[in-house]
Amino acid sequence: MLYVLLAHLAMALGAPALVSFLGRRAFLVMALAPASAAAYALAWTERVMHGQQPVQVVEWVPGLGLELAFRMDTLSWLMLLLVGGVGALVLVYCSAYFSRTAHGLGRFGGVLTAFAGAMVGLVVADDVLLLFVFWELTTVFSYLLIGHYADRKASRRAAMQAIVITTAGGLAMFVGLVVLGVQAGTYRLSEIVADPPTGGAVTAAVVCILVGAVSKSALIPLHFWLPAAMAAPTPVSAYLHAAAMVKAGVYLVARFAPAYADTTVWRTIVIALGAGTLLVGGYRALRQYDLKLVLAFGTVSQLGLIILLVGLGTRGAALAGLAMIGAHAMFKASLFLVVGVVDAAAGTRDLRRLTGVGRALPWTALAGGLATASMIGLLPFAGYVAKEAALEALLHTDGPRWVALVVLWSVVVGSMLTVAYGLRFWWGAFWSKSHLHAPARANEHVDLRPGRGPLAESDEPPIDPARLRRQPVQLVAPALVLAVLGLAAGLVPHLGDRLLAPYADTYPAGEPGHLVLWAGVTPALGLTALVLGVGAVLFWQRSRVERFQASLWRILEADVVYRRVMRRLDDLAADVTALTQRGSLPFYLGAILVVLVVGPGGVMFARTAWPRDVTAWDRPAQLVTVGLICVASVLAARSRRRLKAVLLVGVAGYGNAALFLLHGAPDLALTQVLVETITLVIIVLVLRRLPPYFSDRPLAASRWVRLGVGVGVGVVMMGLALVAPLARIATPVSVDFPAEAYEYGGGKNIVNVTLVDIRAWDTMLEISVLLAAATGVASLVFLRTRSGEIMRARDARSATREGAGVWSDGTDPHAALRRHGVTDDAQPRMVVWLNAGRTLAPRRRSVIFEVVTRVIFHAMIVFALFLLFSGHNAPGGGFAAGLVVGIALIVRYLAGGRYELGEAAPIHPGILLGTGMFLSAGVGLVSLLLTGKALYSQTFDLHVPVLGDVHLVTSLFFDLGVFLLVVGLVLDILRTLGAEIDRHAERAETGRDPGEDTGPFEAMEPDAVGGGRR
Amino acid sequence: MNVIDTTPSLALVLAIGVLFAAGVYLLLERSLTRVLLGFILMGNGANLLFLVAGGRSGGAPLVGTTPEDEMSDPLVQAMVLTAIVITLGITAFVLAMAYRSWQLHGHDEVQDDLEDRRVARHAARNAPAFTDTDSEESGETLDDEAAQVRDETGTDSADGTDGTDGTDDAEGRTTREPR
Repeated sequence: MLYVLLAHLAMALGAPALVSFLGRRAFLVMALAPASAAAYALAWTERVMHGQQPVQVVEWVPGLGLELAFRMDTLSWLMLLLVGGVGALVLVYCSAYFSRTAHGLGRFGGVLTAFAGAMVGLVVADDVLLLFVFWELTTVFSYLLIGHYADRKASRRAAMQAIVITTAGGLAMFVGLVVLGVQAGTYRLSEIVADPPTGGAVTAAVVCILVGAVSKSALIPLHFWLPAAMAAPTPVSAYLHAAAMVKAGVYLVARFAPAYADTTVWRTIVIALGAGTLLVGGYRALRQYDLKLVLAFGTVSQLGLIILLVGLGTRGAALAGLAMIGAHAMFKASLFLVVGVVDAAAGTRDLRRLTGVGRALPWTALAGGLATASMIGLLPFAGYVAKEAALEALLHTDGPRWVALVVLWSVVVGSMLTVAYGLRFWWGAFWSKSHLHAPARANEHVDLRPGRGPLAESDEPPIDPARLRRQPVQLVAPALVLAVLGLAAGLVPHLGDRLLAPYADTYPAGEPGHLVLWAGVTPALGLTALVLGVGAVLFWQRSRVERFQASLWRILEADVVYRRVMRRLDDLAADVTALTQRGSLPFYLGAILVVLVVGPGGVMFARTAWPRDVTAWDRPAQLVTVGLICVASVLAARSRRRLKAVLLVGVAGYGNAALFLLHGAPDLALTQVLVETITLVIIVLVLRRLPPYFSDRPLAASRWVRLGVGVGVGVVMMGLALVAPLARIATPVSVDFPAEAYEYGGGKNIVNVTLVDIRAWDTMLEISVLLAAATGVASLVFLRTRSGEIMRARDARSATREGAGVWSDGTDPHAALRRHGVTDDAQPRMVVWLNAGRTLAPRRRSVIFEVVTRVIFHAMIVFALFLLFSGHNAPGGGFAAGLVVGIALIVRYLAGGRYELGEAAPIHPGILLGTGMFLSAGVGLVSLLLTGKALYSQTFDLHVPVLGDVHLVTSLFFDLGVFLLVVGLVLDILRTLGAEIDRHAERAETGRDPGEDTGPFEAMEPDAVGGGRR
Repeated sequence: MNVIDTTPSLALVLAIGVLFAAGVYLLLERSLTRVLLGFILMGNGANLLFLVAGGRSGGAPLVGTTPEDEMSDPLVQAMVLTAIVITLGITAFVLAMAYRSWQLHGHDEVQDDLEDRRVARHAARNAPAFTDTDSEESGETLDDEAAQVRDETGTDSADGTDGTDGTDDAEGRTTREPR
C-alpha cells in the first residue's frame, strides 16, 4: 500500500513537468497512479473476501506513538476500488476535456493526482491520526481544485466556503478521534472498533466525529458548500464531489457504525440529518436549471440516503448502503462526465437552452440514459438492486415503530424526488424540446441579466443543435464505461452480495440482507413501483411543481445564513480589534503597566511577608545622594525644556554612579560615569536639531492618569525591592566566585572575571546586542549606505574658501573682522595635530578647547589601555576602557568637527564592531578546540627576556574584543548622531550638499524633500 | 533562613521608587525624547533594584583587597554592568529614531498607528474592514453564478477550432482567461 501512495506522490510531483512535456496527453500518464490503486484492490479481492486483510505498519514518530498503519478490509477494498477506478477514468477524460491552451494544467494535474493519493491513504489508513492527516489533505487539495480558476470570484468564494466548512468539521473530528484514542488506549482504528470504549467522553467524541462526517459529506445544515463547489472544473466535480471526497464522511460513518450505531445520540443524528438531507437535496434539485447544480443537489440528497443506510446499524441496511456507495459512485461520476461533454459541445449547461443534444451526441445520450436509469432505480441496474435492498431492510427495521416508519417514508419520498429530478436531468440535457425554436441569433450578443425566477425562460437564446460537434472518444468513453458498469453490476447481484457482505456482517444488529435482482412480488417491489410512478408524475407535471415551489415562502437558505454569520464574525473581529488595538503607544504601555500594578503588585501587597529588619541607610552619604536623585528625577519629569530635562536625567545618572560606589561596586560606578557622559553628549548632539521645548499635551487630565500610573509602578517597585531580597533563600552561586575567579579565571577583579570568563556567554550575547544597536542607529540616519565614507580632513572644502565651515549656522556677523590675519587656505607647512580644526567655521573654533584636547587625548588613550590590561585585577576592563576611548573621540570631535573625527579614527566602525565580535567569539572557538569547552580560559606564564615573567590569560583577548566592540559602538554613534546629522543640518541651511559625495540618491533623501520642517 | 545578609536599605528603596515613578510618567508621553528619558530613569531604577536584591553593601569585590565575607555580591554587578552599556546602545537607537521622526514629520512624537485607526473607524460604523467575498450577499442565485463559470474545454477538431466556438460569441460572457 505504501508503494501505491508513493506512486501517487511521485506522479503528483512530476505532473507539472509531464504536462510541459506532453501537453494535455500527460493526463493519460497520470491516470496510471489511481489505476495502480484499483489494480492493487482487484489483486487482493479473493483474499480480502476470505478475511485476509493486508496490514502494513511503518514507524513514523515512535515517541508520539504515531505509525503509518494501513489495513485493507472489505470497506477499504470497496472504497479503494472506487477511488482508483473513477480516478483513472476521470484523468483519462481530462486528457481530452481541457483545451490545449488551458492555463494551469500542470498544477491542476498535480493537485488532482495528489488528491487521489490522499484519498487512497484515507481509506486504507488504520491509525486514526493518520486518517486525520489524509482527511485534511483531501480538504486542502479540494480547496485548490475548487479554486482552480482563481481569477473568478465565484471560484474563490466557493473554495473558501468549502475549506472553512470542511476544516471546521475536520477539527471537530480531530478532537473526537483524540478523545476516542485516549479512552481506548490505542490509536489503531481496527482495535478501537473491535473493542469500543464507552462513557460520557466517548459519546462526546462520537458526536465530534459525526460533525466531521457531516461537514465532509455535505449533510444539512452544512450541505451548501457542495453545490457552490460546482465552480470547480467538471472532472473535479465528477471525482471529488460525486465519487471520492464526499464519500469520506460516508466512509467514516460506515467505519464507526458497527461500534456506535446502537447509541441513541448516533441514531438521532444519523436519522435526522440523513433523512433531512435526502429530502432537502431532492427538493432543491427540482428547482435548478444548471445541469451541474441539478446533479450537485442530487448528490447531496443521495449522500443523505447513504449515510442513513450505513449509519442505521442493521446488517441489511448496511449492505444496501455499501451497494449504494458503489452504485452512486458509478452513476453520479458518469453523469458529471456526461455534463462535461454536453458543456464542451454546446457551451452551456443551462437546461432551458439545451435542445437536440441527444440526436447530435447519441453515445453521450446513451451513457447519460444508462446512468440516469441506475440513479432512479430502474430494473435491472445497480441502483435498483441497492434501493430494493434498502427498502427491504427498512421494512424489517427493529426499534420504535414510528421511527421505522419515518425512515421508510423519507426514503420513499426521497426516491420519488430522485426519479423526478433524474428524468428532468436527462430530458433537460438531451431532449429535443419542441417549444425551443432554434433561432438564427447565434451571433448576437445578449446582455447578461439575472434570471427572473423559476418560471422565467432563460434570457439567452437556446443553442443551435446543428452546430453541436461530435466529441472525441476519450471524453465519451469514461462516462459510458461507468454507466455500463452500473448495468453490469446490477445484473450480477450475487457477486456484489458475496463481496460486500463480509463488512455488513460486522454490524452487530439486524438480519443479514441480500442483494438480488428479482425477489418476487414483495412489499418492497410495490414501493418501488409507487416511487417510479409518483416520480414520473412529478416530472410530467414539472411546470406545476416549479410553480408550486416558487409560490412557497422561501425559507432562508443555508448559504445565506452562512454568509451572514461570516459577516457578523468579521464585525466582531473588527470590534475586538478596535477595542484592544488602539494603535497608541502610551495606551499599550499604560495597559501593560496597569496590569503590572494590579496583578503582581496586588498579589504582592495582599499575600507577601514583609522583611522584619530594614536599615534606613548603609552609609550616611547614601542619603544625600538619594535626595539628589529624587529631586533631579522629579524636576526632569516636570521639565518642559528638552535640554533641562536631559541634564537633570544626567544628574540622576551620576547620582546612581555614586550609589554604586557607596555600595561597593567600583566597576559599576566607573562604567556608569562613563556611559552617562557619553549619553549626555549624544543626546545634546541630537537635541541641536530638535525644538527646544516639548510640545504641550492638550489634555491636562491625561497628566494625572500618567502620574497615577507612575506612582503606582513606583510603589510596586519599592515593595519589590523590599520583598526580593527575602526570596534569596538558596546559597547564591556567587559565594564561590572569589576562589573560582582567582584559581580558574586568573584574575582578582571578580566582576571582570565574571564578565569575561565565568559568565562569558552572557557577555558575548550582550555585546552582540550592542552590535545590533549600533547597526540600527547607523541605518536609521545613513540612508544611502550603511555608514557612508570616512570623512578625512583633506576631503573637506576649505572653510575660508567656501565661506562657511562646519557648524557655521550659515551666518557669521564677524566674518569681515575675521578675514584679517587669516592666512588663506595654504597647506600648513608642517603636520599639524588636530589639523581638521581649520575645517570648522572660524567662530566655532576654540583655542582653549583645542589646546586642552591636545593635552588630554593621549593621556586618555593611555588610561584606557591601562584600564583594559589591569581590568583583570583592578576595576576596569574592556567595557570601561572602550568607553574611555569613546570619550576621547568625543573630545576630538567636539574640538575639531566631523573631519577631525575621521582623522582621529580613520577606520570604519563596522570593522571595529566586526573585529571585536570576531575576537570574543574566536576566543571561545579556540578554547573549544584546545579543551573541548567553549570560552574556557587558559593561563600562560611566559618568560620574555626583557619584561620578565608575563602572566597571560586568554580571556584578555575576549576582553579585547569587548573593548573594540564598545569603541566601535561609540564611534558609530558619533559618526551617525554627530557627523552625519551635522551634514544634514548644513545642507538644510545652505541648500547645498556640504559633503564631498553627492550621489545620485541625494534627491531621494527625505529631508531634501522637505518633510514639513518648521 | 537567609544565607546571605540581604537587609534592604530604605534609602535605596526610596530612590528606586522615585526613579520608577518619574520614569513611567515620562514613558507614557508621546514625545520620543521624553520616552527616552523615562526609559533611562527606569533603567537606573532597575539597576538599583538589582543591587538591592544582591544583598547589603560591602567592599569592592577584589580578591586580596577586600576580605571575602565583606564583599558585595559580584554577580549582580556583572549583570548590571552589561545592562548599563546596553542602555547606552538603546539610548542611541531611540535617539536615532527620534531624529528620523523629526526628519520625516517635523516632530518627534509617536503617532497612533494609522491602520489601527482605520480599523477602529470601520468598526465604529460597522462597515466591513475589507472586501470579503465570503461574507457578501450578491443576491445572485446559484444558477446565475454557475452560468458564469465555464471550463476551458476544447476538442481536437480538424479545423482547429474548439467545440464551443459556435456559442461563445452568442454568450459573450465566458470568463475565459485572455491569452
